[in-house]
Parts: sequence; structure tokens; C-alpha cells
Amino acid sequence: MEIYKFEAKDYKSDQYVRWCPGCGDHAVLNCVHKAMAELGTPPHEIAVISGIGCSSRLPYYMNSYGFHTIHGRGAAIATGVKTANPALQVWLMTGDGDCLAIGGNHFIHAVRRNIDLNIVLFNNKIYGLTKGQYSPTTDKGVVTKSSPYGTVEEPFIPAELTLGARGNFFARAIDVDLKNTTEILAAAARHKGTSVVEALVNCVIFNDGIHKQITDKENRADRTIFLRHGEKMRFGKENEKGIVLNGLKLKAVTIGQDGYTLDDVLVHDAYEPDITLHLMLSRMKGDMPVALGIIRNVAAPTYDAAVEEQIAEVQAKNPIRTLHDLLMKGEVWEVK
Amino acid sequence: MTEQSKVITLEKVVVRFSGDSGDGMQLTGTIFSNLSAILGNEISTFPDFPAEIRAPQGSLSGVSGFQVHLGSRNIFTPGDKADVLVAMNPAALKVNVNYLKPHAIVIIDTDSFQKNDLDKAKFTTDDPFTELGLTGVQVVAAPISSMVKDGLAEYGLDNKSAVRCKNMFALGLVCWLFDRPLDSAMHQLQNKFSKKPTIAKANIKALTDGYNYGNNIHASVSTYRIESKKAKPGFYTDVNGNKATSYGLIAAAEKAGLKLFLGSYPITPATDILQELAKHKELGVKALQFEDEIAGISTAIGASFAGSLAVTSTSGPGVALKSEAIGLAVIAELPLVVVDVQRGGPSTGLPTKSEQTDLLQTLYGRNGESPVVVIAATTPADCFDAAYWAGKLAVEHMTPVILLTDSFIANGSTAWRIPDLKTYPDIKPHYVSEYKDDKPWNPYRRDPETHVRYWAVPGTEGFTHRIGGLEKDFETSAISTEPYNHQKMVKTRQAKIDKIAGFIPELEVLGDKDADLLIVGWGGTYGHLCEAMEDLRENGKKVALAHFKFISPLPKNTIEVLSSFKKVIVAEQNNGQFANYLRSNVPGFNPIKFNRIKGQPFVVARLVEEFTKILEA
Repeated sequence: MEIYKFEAKDYKSDQYVRWCPGCGDHAVLNCVHKAMAELGTPPHEIAVISGIGCSSRLPYYMNSYGFHTIHGRGAAIATGVKTANPALQVWLMTGDGDCLAIGGNHFIHAVRRNIDLNIVLFNNKIYGLTKGQYSPTTDKGVVTKSSPYGTVEEPFIPAELTLGARGNFFARAIDVDLKNTTEILAAAARHKGTSVVEALVNCVIFNDGIHKQITDKENRADRTIFLRHGEKMRFGKENEKGIVLNGLKLKAVTIGQDGYTLDDVLVHDAYEPDITLHLMLSRMKGDMPVALGIIRNVAAPTYDAAVEEQIAEVQAKNPIRTLHDLLMKGEVWEVK
Repeated sequence: MTEQSKVITLEKVVVRFSGDSGDGMQLTGTIFSNLSAILGNEISTFPDFPAEIRAPQGSLSGVSGFQVHLGSRNIFTPGDKADVLVAMNPAALKVNVNYLKPHAIVIIDTDSFQKNDLDKAKFTTDDPFTELGLTGVQVVAAPISSMVKDGLAEYGLDNKSAVRCKNMFALGLVCWLFDRPLDSAMHQLQNKFSKKPTIAKANIKALTDGYNYGNNIHASVSTYRIESKKAKPGFYTDVNGNKATSYGLIAAAEKAGLKLFLGSYPITPATDILQELAKHKELGVKALQFEDEIAGISTAIGASFAGSLAVTSTSGPGVALKSEAIGLAVIAELPLVVVDVQRGGPSTGLPTKSEQTDLLQTLYGRNGESPVVVIAATTPADCFDAAYWAGKLAVEHMTPVILLTDSFIANGSTAWRIPDLKTYPDIKPHYVSEYKDDKPWNPYRRDPETHVRYWAVPGTEGFTHRIGGLEKDFETSAISTEPYNHQKMVKTRQAKIDKIAGFIPELEVLGDKDADLLIVGWGGTYGHLCEAMEDLRENGKKVALAHFKFISPLPKNTIEVLSSFKKVIVAEQNNGQFANYLRSNVPGFNPIKFNRIKGQPFVVARLVEEFTKILEA
């Protein structure tokens, strides 16, 4: 029998995509379709859940099962879907406001439980659907409609939050890099447990160019580093730069300068259970390149499987399968 | 066998066990009610415990009580006032002073009625009975603590563990008082302490010592004999309302061929449902605790989308937190059961006390036009049937169903005949496989009669679809903000709920069909209203009771019933919520209202007094 090979179009719905022209979400949606085709899970075995916000419209553009829910609760609803039916491939599409403000509690607890969800966190550092208020990832001091004199609060760094909540998979992608984003999304789906992919997306209307410093072609090579497991941490237009450990800190160096050789450049180990280096890599900014790619990818038992296993263990020891048998086994007396 | 001064044969008796919250009064009361049920009595119980886990020892706020009403027939409530009170300390005597019959028997532990104990309970004299004006009661004063210590000397227990058995000594005394054999109590203790054989033996010894003590002292108090009556043949067990609710949900899932999923968060007085269902992994139940109330319902909604019989359990404050998510289940038209074990409010209110104040919250407490089914369980045992109905209506009509119980019936227990599920109506989820229309299916296509949409469960090939909280087009199921469509969808969702009136039992009228007064109640007050009605009828009054279990939609014959009596009184534990709800649904209906909001069950004697006044007015 010939096995049908799914294509990206098999995962697309017939709905007109209503995001603004130039919005970064379009690109990520295409990458999701491509990643799903690569994974080859039939659309009817996929559930795409979302909360509220621009990015949370995504389920309507899928030809899978989809549920566009309420603000902030996507992680909890997706948890219910996956726990009830672990055979489904479950995705959560969410944004920086939905996931880290109103839904922060559900997000950290989903990560802590390590339930097998693929969370795509669209981070444009702004509330788009409500037209331009600051979000929990908006940089301090930024002027928005609800912070006319600039914000006075520190933002979350999604990677810190994920690792702090004991997350086992964290990756960062940019909307303009379709190839790598597709690859990251597929890897996130293959990972058993909660995987968090922070997709840096542009909001063309309310926060245009927010990631420009790192996403523009001319800057990208020098201001970002794409991490791959088992490979040296190198970056730059000529791949001439690298990340080294300097005491307890990371340092960006030029290979061959200041006495640094290629041997000094760190090798990325995404599988390392200790979070220390992953945390340092995920926090790089300013003079250091922003880390992209899969920063952490550690195997660990999942919640949904553990729930099933516990039931199987109890059932192996206890033959009762009906309410009637259960009640008759308890304290009963007979009236004749 | 004994020279008891007086044996009184009674139809009914009320016994109240009361002591410090660490004195084991709940266990004592439970064992006594179980053994009475096994002997063929009808029972109804009411545990009354403090909100504090461990209030200061001996203090008034730390008193924990357990009342049981037993008798040969017509036991509808745990009873108003006690015939027998076990007071393990002065505080227990003081807080119960208004719950005693004038000639009640009071059993006290003299070891804990010392000066220091009296001080803690704020007595100013050394004679608590006179100070409280309890001059007519018959006191059995026994040095229980010291006798228990002496009796258990051979077991090598430390002082604290030995004294902890004093509740069983008291139970032994009560068993003697009622001429009840001890074997069933011993059996229960052996089960309870099966992993601690020494503790089991010590408790049984204390129990026997208590019984023998009563026998030996020839206490000059009345002893009682409760007549037993033949119950309907079958197997019986003891359940409280929360257990019965849990079993009802399991039964509904079993009958529907669905997996049961509970998403929950601990909250008094609903937590027992989570704890009970979490035990039953052998039945494949997934009962899980999540990070908050909202996650409890959200995971349940996710599980419902994924094809489970999904439930969340909570109390009033939790319903408030879940409101937005209930609205999502309304517009997504997903089956969901929300169990609300009502407690005193608003806010944190009276967490361990009972009220019926969440009615309007469950009917209307959401944004938008958001109709749901509301069912209210009437007794501890009825929690089983009500939960079964909740599951049935949810999956057959693709709607959230809110099941109201309350702290009183959730914790009250009763002897319960193990049901034969074959006699329960079938539950047929409204699956997409039933879709027969010529038009291609989409998620908001409906059964033309019931307006129920079809359940297409993820994993099913050929039915991928997207639903959500945004309004959808009646025909295409795509997102729609079109004005006429929205009105049509709002009306359709309401009509879907209204149609359910054709699938539920009609309202029954108990008592006299030509009554001069119709009593109307709903939910957990059934026992008290029923008993009040029976009392009045025994005194020659013509009264009837219409007690509602189905609140939304109302039974089909509601208007007909309410319009056929001259005088109607709506009695409820709130400020008139159900009376006002009925007024908005029954043209010209203008009932008398009887409202008590004290956190305590109705008092039958007060109801009889009030209803008599109205009858004579």
C-alpha cells in the first residue's frame, strides 16, 4: 500500500488569513504548515489550541482540529486535551500577552508538569489586537498607548521563565528565517514534553521593527548566533567569531584574536540537564549575539504519559472495572 | 439484662456527638450511624465542624459536632434538637445549649470538666449546667479519660494515644444507652485501623469498657429502643452527598461509554469530590488537581473537546472564577458538568456552612446571553441521581450543566441502596456519526428538533473543524459578526436549553392535592420541608410540597402546578432568589417568601410554626 505523503497544503484551511499584510505571523504560520508536513501526522490527529490575541487566530487557518479559546487559558485547555487523549499531537499558539500576562500561571504550570505540548509563543512585545499597549515582554521605558511616558517595569525574558519553571525544551526563532523556523518547529513537536518555541515576530502596525536590530539581513550574522547541538558556537559574516567561557561568564571573541583559538570556542550541548549554560546563552544581548535555535532539549518523563501509566499500574493490581463492583466491595449490608 | 430505670420505645431519636476538633467526633458519629443503618434504621446525619483545622484546645471555636437522626421511618433530616448529647468538654456543652431537648441525656467526661476547662469555655461558675439553665437534662457524668487510661494500661500506648481512644468509650456508652450490639462497630474499627492492630485493639477495648460501664453503673437515665423497619431489599451502603455525586458521575460515564475527566482545585466543601474520584484509577477515571479554579475548568473544557465526560468541581467562589470559561463552553457548545457545592457567601463567607445563595450566579452570572442547564440535588442520596442527570443532559444536549448541591447534603450521610444501573435511562452522546442531513456537515449544524450540534471528537477522520469563543455563522460555522446571525444564534442557544424541558421529569406534588398551602422548595432543603409538611398533615392540616430538582429549564408543568394553589410559600436559604426566578417565569406568580440565611439547616419546628401561621392567616 502506498503511504500518502502529506504536504503543507493538507494542513491549510480554506479561511482567508486576516492578519495585517507584513505581519510576522504569516511567516510562522507557513512554517507550521511545512513542519507538520515534514512530521507527517494526519491533520485529524492534530489539535491546535489558542488563547486570545492576533496569533491566537491561527487555529482557523489550520485544517486540523482547532479550538480558539479565551484569553490566557490556552495552556490549561491544551493540557486538558492532551491529558484526555495523549494520542493527539497538541499545539498551543499564543502571544506574549496571552501567555505571559493573563496566562502566566497556566504557562509556568504546563511547563513544570512537562505535558507534551508544542507551545509557539509569538513575541512581538506589544498587544496588537487591542491596538498597541505594552506587554510583559516590552522593554523598559518603551512608549506605548498605555505607557505614554514609557514603561517603568522590567520585562520577562521568556527563556528565563521557561527554564525557571523547569522547562526541558526551549528554542528561539525569527519570523524572517523560514528554513530554520520550520526545522525548530518540527524538532519541538518531536520532543516529548512541553516545548517552548519563542518566535520573534514583527508587528507592522504597532511595533514595527521591534526585532529589526537582529533580524535585518545586514545585522543578523553579527547580532545573532544560531545554536546547533554538538557544533561550535560560531557566528559572524565569515563565521569568524565564537562564544567562550570567561570565568563564570560568556564572552564573544574573534577567533585568532587576543589569544583565542577555535579550541576555546564552546560546543553547544542542548541535551545537558543542568540549566546554567542554557540560561546564560538565552540571556545574551547587547554586546553578545542573541541566541537562536534550540537552546535546550532534554528528555524527561511527561505528565500525560505518567497519568496513563499510573492508571495502568492500578488496573494491573485491581480488577474492578464497574461502579457496581466498586460499591459491592465496600462496606455493604444486605436487606433481604 | 440490666436494671435500666426506664426503657422508652421511640420512632425517632437525635444523637449529637460533640467535642474538640481533635476528639474524633466525626468518626464516632459515622460509626454510630453506620451501625444503626445496618440494624435497619433510617438515618440522616449532619457533621458540623469548625473552619479552623485546629482551633485552641477546649475553646468554643474549636468544637466539632456530628448529629445523627435515626428512626424506623420518615427520617428526612438530621433532626432539630438532640435527645442525647455527648459533650467531651465544657465548650461542647456550651455551643450546643440551644440544640438540646429539655429532658435530653447529656454524657460528659468529668476529667475534662475541670476548672481549667471551664475557663477555656468562658464559664464563670463551677456548675456549667446551672449556668446554662440546663436544669431538666439527665446527666451521665463519667471520668472517661482516666477510665480509658486505666483500661488501656496493658497496651503500652503513650498517654496521648491512650486518651485518644476516649471517643470510643463514649460510643460504647451510647451503644449501651440504645441497646445496640457492638459487633458492627468493632468490625468498622478493625477496618479503619487495619494497618495499626494495636490501635484497633485499644479502640475496641475502650468501646467495650464504655458499654460495660453503662451496664454496671445502673445509670438512672432513660434508655431507648428504636424500632427497625424492613427496608426495600437490596444491598446498602453509607454515602454522603459528595461521595454520591462522585459515584453519579462515574455511573454517567460508564453508561455513556465515555472516559471521566475531572479538572479541579481544592475548595471547601467540594474537595471530597476531587479526593474521591482521584481514588478510582481502576475505573480509568482521570481526576486531577490543577493550579487554580480556572485551570480546573479549562482542562475540563479541553478534555470535553477531546471527547471525555468532563467535569469540574468547586464551590461558590470557584464558580465566580470559572464564569468566563463556562461562557466558552456555552458558545462552543461543549458538554461540561460544573459541580457547585454551595457554602455561605459572599467572598470567603462561611466556608464550612451551608446556603443556597449561588442560584442566580449559576443561572445568570456570565457575560452575554449565556443559558445553561441548572440542576439541584435534593438529598445526600439524590446527589447520585442528580449527577447522573447532569452528565446525561450535558453529553446528549451538548451544553454545560451546573449541578448545585450544598455543604449540608454534601457532608450529610444516609443509608443508600446500591443502584442497579440497568434501571437508569440510557445516555447517548450526540456524536457526529448521527448526522444524517444532506447538507455537508460543519460544527454548528444542528438536530432540527433539539437544536443540538454534533460532537466530532479529535482523532476522527473526515471531521476536522475549528470552534471557539467567537460567534459563528449559523450555516457555515465560520466566524461571523453579522447582526441577524448573532440574534439567531443567541435565540438558538436559548431554545436548545428550553427544549430540554421535554427530556426531564415533570414536577411532582407531594401531600394533599387540595392543599390550603403549597410549600415550594428546591435543592438541599427537601428533607426539612418534607418533614415539616408531614408534621402539618399529621396535625390535620392540608398542605403540599413541590420541590424542584430541575431549575433550568423548569419542568414543563411548573406553571400549571404553581397556579393551582391559593397560597404558595417559597422557602429557601437565601434572600429569595428562587422565588424571584419563578416570578420571572410564571405569569402573575406572587408567593410568600420564607428566607433563612444563617449557614445552618432549616429547623423543622420553626418551619411548622411559620407554615401554621400562614395557614391560619
